[in-house]
Amino acid sequence: MNILDIRDLCKIYGQVAALLDITLSVGQGEWVAIMGPSGSGKTTMMNIIGCMDKASSGSVILDRQDLSRLSPAELTAIRRDKIGLVFQQFHLIPYLTALENVMVAQYYHSLTDEDEAMQALVRVGLGDRAGHLPRQLSGGEQQRVCIARALINSPSLLLADEPTGNLDEANETIVMNLLEQLHREGSTIVLVTHDLEVAAHAQRTVFLEHGRLARIERNTGRLPPE
Amino acid sequence: MGNRSSRFLFKMLAGSLLRRRSRMAVALFGIALGATALLGMVTLCYDIPRQLTREFRSYGANMVFLSSGQAPLSLDAVEKAVPLLPGDHLLGLTPFRYLPVRSAMVPYTMAGTDFSQAAKTSPYWRVEGRWPEKENEILIGADIAEFARLEPGRTLPIDGRNSSMSRFRKDLLICGVLRTGGAEDGLLFMNLAAMEAMTGEGRLADVVEISLSMKEEDLRALAAAIQAAVPGLEARLVTRVTQSEASVLGKLDMLVTLVAMVVLLLTMICVATTMMTVVLERRREIGLKKALGAENRRIVEEFLAEGILLGAMGGLGGALCGFAFAQLVCMHVFGRSIDIVFSLIPLTVLVSVGITIAACLAPARQAMNVEPALVLRGE
Ligand SMILES: Nc1ncnc2c1ncn2[C@@H]1O[C@H](COP(=O)(O)OP(=O)(O)O)[C@@H](O)[C@H]1O
Ligand SMILES: [Mg+2]
Repeated sequence: MNILDIRDLCKIYGQVAALLDITLSVGQGEWVAIMGPSGSGKTTMMNIIGCMDKASSGSVILDRQDLSRLSPAELTAIRRDKIGLVFQQFHLIPYLTALENVMVAQYYHSLTDEDEAMQALVRVGLGDRAGHLPRQLSGGEQQRVCIARALINSPSLLLADEPTGNLDEANETIVMNLLEQLHREGSTIVLVTHDLEVAAHAQRTVFLEHGRLARIERNTGRLPPE
Repeated sequence: MGNRSSRFLFKMLAGSLLRRRSRMAVALFGIALGATALLGMVTLCYDIPRQLTREFRSYGANMVFLSSGQAPLSLDAVEKAVPLLPGDHLLGLTPFRYLPVRSAMVPYTMAGTDFSQAAKTSPYWRVEGRWPEKENEILIGADIAEFARLEPGRTLPIDGRNSSMSRFRKDLLICGVLRTGGAEDGLLFMNLAAMEAMTGEGRLADVVEISLSMKEEDLRALAAAIQAAVPGLEARLVTRVTQSEASVLGKLDMLVTLVAMVVLLLTMICVATTMMTVVLERRREIGLKKALGAENRRIVEEFLAEGILLGAMGGLGGALCGFAFAQLVCMHVFGRSIDIVFSLIPLTVLVSVGITIAACLAPARQAMNVEPALVLRGE
């Protein structure tokens, strides 16, 4: 069963077609990487899948709901309930501790639960950093807090836009291992990257060029999900 | 909203306030400054007229009691009138009895009075030497001191006749020279009771000067009431001072109200600008919260909560500074301390919170319009 079905998706900004006739399906538990040069429409696609922007035409069906038919308030609810976001720039709230940054997602979702938030931090290996402010954490640690926050409400889909773009190699490995682990545990992941090595962790890689879907490659050397 | 959620909201606010100290300090400073100006103005607005009323009173009495007949006024009649004077507005009440006396064949006028009261109704009296304390001590006017070459420490033998023409004589000790620039400089002054003992006269006064901190209309009504209640006594207003006093105070009231309103407006603009900057600075944070699924209602709620907290803290700090400011002004201008009206503190906090909320409305609308898409674009 597919968690995401994109059909003939277009996004036009004035004269610029950021996305043109994209058709793509992502299965439950699948990991898909999106690659393409700068300006090829990767972020635009993430924004539409993540319910932060609307398509100009075409349909996007997320977990059996057609996003193009939803009101802004309904889109907000989908973001809250079904999407987990990981950003290149982490976007942690600077005046909140690691633990509180995770709890923010709980706060907007339903109720805060400190124990659960703590468990999420332990899961990304930051149990001993819960009380630290973002500026007291390394880039890799900040990204792991961001991942813990993305996971806290058990989203149907994890969206990561260049999650390793601001990390050194050692931290990249830590974050990719973490994503691998999440994937093994059943998370569906859509990940944007420039980096072939990072893309190689996914089962399929989608190549975008000038807003068009150029080709899809099935990655070898990887086991398909059970 | 559940209890746990409101506790987390409070945690976020505390984090925002405590861990972004320099930013919040600017906002707080703006609000506190407004509150300071506001409370300072209001306190002065309330206090200045009262201070000025007292100040005007230092130009002398604004009501006099006289005898309505030929004979001098009896102090018994005055005592009947005293309970009719409002005690909390009464600054002083001074009887004067004038009597012709001679010393070494030179005629003088001796005034009997109550020195402790005279200091209140006539604060402009300046005494070189010291005020009389004993029965035989007197003050002499500055003109007399000059012409008769008299000075404190000298003894002045005087004699005269009382109203029933019986003679008296006594040696009096000069203890001070009185200088007012007015008619008092040509008189001798002694304690009224001592004068009564010397002359053997009953308790009489030619005029009683009264200083009251009251408005002209009230004074007029009071004078009429006293006159009706006490036969033989005529109560009159010293109108010249009273009238100018009323018109000056009226103008001042208007001026202070106007300034207070301008200050209020400026505070509001200051807070609104600060909060707009806060929204601009925190666009990413607001976008992130929306990306995490925060409803507009929650964003506005947080924003107002922060505004209320800032308003309350700034208001409280400003209220205290405002009192200090008003006190400073009052000490410098009037040389007196203000009366602190404590109920103004919660009022100032309320007004600050109200202003902050009003000032937050436009920025909150801006915050609502922030697009969550910007967090991925990473501006
Ligand atoms: N809000 C916008 N308004 C106008 N053009 C935009 C906007 N967002 C993106 N674009 C354009 O759409 C194209 C795709 O952008 P984007 O999705 O950010 O690319 P990528 O993430 O692959 O670098 C670019 O040409 C960009 O200039
Ligand atoms: Mg991009």
